[in-house]
Amino acid sequence: MEYVLKTRGVTKYFYEPEKFKVLNDITLEVKHGEFLSLVGKSGCGKSTLMYVLSTMDTDYEGELEISGELLTGKDQNYLADFRNKYIGFIFQFHYLLPEFTALQNVMIPAMKRGKYSRQEVQERAYEKLSILGVKDQALKVTSKLSGGQQQRVAIARALINDPDIIMGDEPTGNLDSYNTQLVFDILTELTHTYKQTIIAVTHDEEFARKSDRVVEMSDGKILRI
Amino acid sequence: MKLVVEIAKTHLLAKPKQTVVAMLGVTFGIGMFIALVSLMTGLNDFTEEVTMTSSPDIHIYNDITENRPSILDQVNQTGLNIVHHQKPKKETARLRNALQIAEMIRRDPRVLGVAPTLSSQVFYNYGPLELPGSIAGVDIIEEDKLFDLRSKMKAGRIEDLLANNDGIIIGTGIARKMNVKLGDRIVITTPQGHTMPLKIVGLFQIGIGTIDNVRSYANISTVQTILQQDQTYITDINIKLFDLHQAKAIAPEFQAMVGYKAEDWETANSTFLTGVVIRNIITYSVSITLLIVAGFGIYNILNMTIINKMKDIAILKAMGFSGSDVRQIFMIQSLVIGFIGSIAGLCIGYTLSYLISQAPFDGGDMVSLDHFPVNFDTKYYITGIVFGVLTTAFAGYMPSRKAAKIDPIEIIRGQ
Ligand SMILES: Nc1ncnc2c1ncn2[C@@H]1O[C@H](COP(=O)(O)OP(=O)(O)OP(=O)(O)O)[C@@H](O)[C@H]1O
Ligand SMILES: [Mg+2]
Repeated sequence: MEYVLKTRGVTKYFYEPEKFKVLNDITLEVKHGEFLSLVGKSGCGKSTLMYVLSTMDTDYEGELEISGELLTGKDQNYLADFRNKYIGFIFQFHYLLPEFTALQNVMIPAMKRGKYSRQEVQERAYEKLSILGVKDQALKVTSKLSGGQQQRVAIARALINDPDIIMGDEPTGNLDSYNTQLVFDILTELTHTYKQTIIAVTHDEEFARKSDRVVEMSDGKILRI
Repeated sequence: MKLVVEIAKTHLLAKPKQTVVAMLGVTFGIGMFIALVSLMTGLNDFTEEVTMTSSPDIHIYNDITENRPSILDQVNQTGLNIVHHQKPKKETARLRNALQIAEMIRRDPRVLGVAPTLSSQVFYNYGPLELPGSIAGVDIIEEDKLFDLRSKMKAGRIEDLLANNDGIIIGTGIARKMNVKLGDRIVITTPQGHTMPLKIVGLFQIGIGTIDNVRSYANISTVQTILQQDQTYITDINIKLFDLHQAKAIAPEFQAMVGYKAEDWETANSTFLTGVVIRNIITYSVSITLLIVAGFGIYNILNMTIINKMKDIAILKAMGFSGSDVRQIFMIQSLVIGFIGSIAGLCIGYTLSYLISQAPFDGGDMVSLDHFPVNFDTKYYITGIVFGVLTTAFAGYMPSRKAAKIDPIEIIRGQ
């Protein structure tokens, strides 16, 4: 199977405060193992599109297909389970559970999946944390981490279930240039070695330039593929 | 440990103060319920026991105050007869063929024991003192079988009555009021004016003033002699059943059979037993109110928790938790609060009941009590915990369902 993600004519409206077409007929195909950057001016609809692609937003017209499976119209619990297995998501604002330690945050999606034993999950979680350089923070409650550390923990969490697609909404937004480079290298390696697919929103031109493909958006439409 | 349990635990431990406050609500509710129910049922059991031991399950007597049909009614049966101020017929309280009736009833398989007795209003005289009361002529052995008199004796033995034909066993209330002791002689005066000195061979205490202050027992023949009646003179038949709760159903049957009034113990003690019903109503309404208040407390706290945790719920759902996983996380929290709170409530309730049972209390002249009667039946402790957990489950259910329905995208986008 060549394409891991396909959309056909995805259109979305916001009705508040007035009716407004935020996504306009978006048709996109993403190949296996591709590293795709989504760029565009602030407010053009990048985050909105990412929420649709991640299956969390179901209020749109058109169709979404991931790993050959049509996801449009599926119910919430099915989609939750699907996300758990096949999608890793890095939010624009690193969303971690504040009462839990960094390690627990990374472990939770894997524990939920139940594929590995607790022992294995813990080892894998430590491994991801150490790749991102925050292993020493593993036992700290995440509300006590710095912004950049939190973001790296969030990335580790997105990787834990070896998802087919990793989606990031400005995954390096909070990071210094050293760590941005680090994250970029990790993501590139995942695409090349493990054939995982990356779709990342970014404002960082350098980041975009180095990726396999850049998609530019403007006013809810795709300009350049 | 299951993942949802672990998450619930972390939530509870992250805000220990809030968790403890929620638990205290339940603890207070259940604790008060236990204390209240223990005291109230203790009082009820005491009342019921005293009532039961002091009155027969069914009492057969000649009710001379009962309206009788007028002679006019007998003669002119179809007309409308009005007779004003019909005077009672001159009649004694005698039960005709009492011993045969007693024998007949004794053969009924539902009957445990039958005691024919005779009773009369009398005055007790001791020196210048005169005290109204009632004397019962009994076969003391039979009476003991029915009412367990032996265990109520404070002085003397019931067998002493058999040995003394001029003996009498009086209530402790009478003894105290007249300042007499075992071996003293008191004079009995009947309404007809007959008198007879009797020797006190025993003192009993049932525990209710209305009996201990008035009643005395003597042999049947003694009382027949005082009243100057023959040996067949019997005024009452007391019946004890195997199952006292059948009394209400059986009494009318006996009444029809023997042609005399047959009264069951519930009817005879209805004023006493209304107290029991009222106490039950108070106990349960107060307890339920307390638990509902505790339930609202939990409802509020969980609701607040969920509002504070909207973001976390959205993340969990984004990472693949289903609605029911989220509901479980919050249900577990409320059940843990309910369970621990209830257990603590049981302990508090037990402690309170124990303290109450130790507190001195003067029952006064009415009842002989020196401390509160408290019931420690485990039944109420089980009710308490079941009720506590159910209330919290119910209080937690609605907020949990709300959490399950949260649409993650709304919250994540809203940031
Ligand atoms: N919940 C909402 N209701 C109505 N309009 C919204 C809502 N969320 C976003 N918008 C609007 O939709 C448009 C697209 O928003 P979106 O967040 O997708 O932008 P973006 O491309 O991610 O911008 P940025 O680069 O700043 O993150 C914006 O004009 C925004 O004002
Ligand atoms: Mg955005």
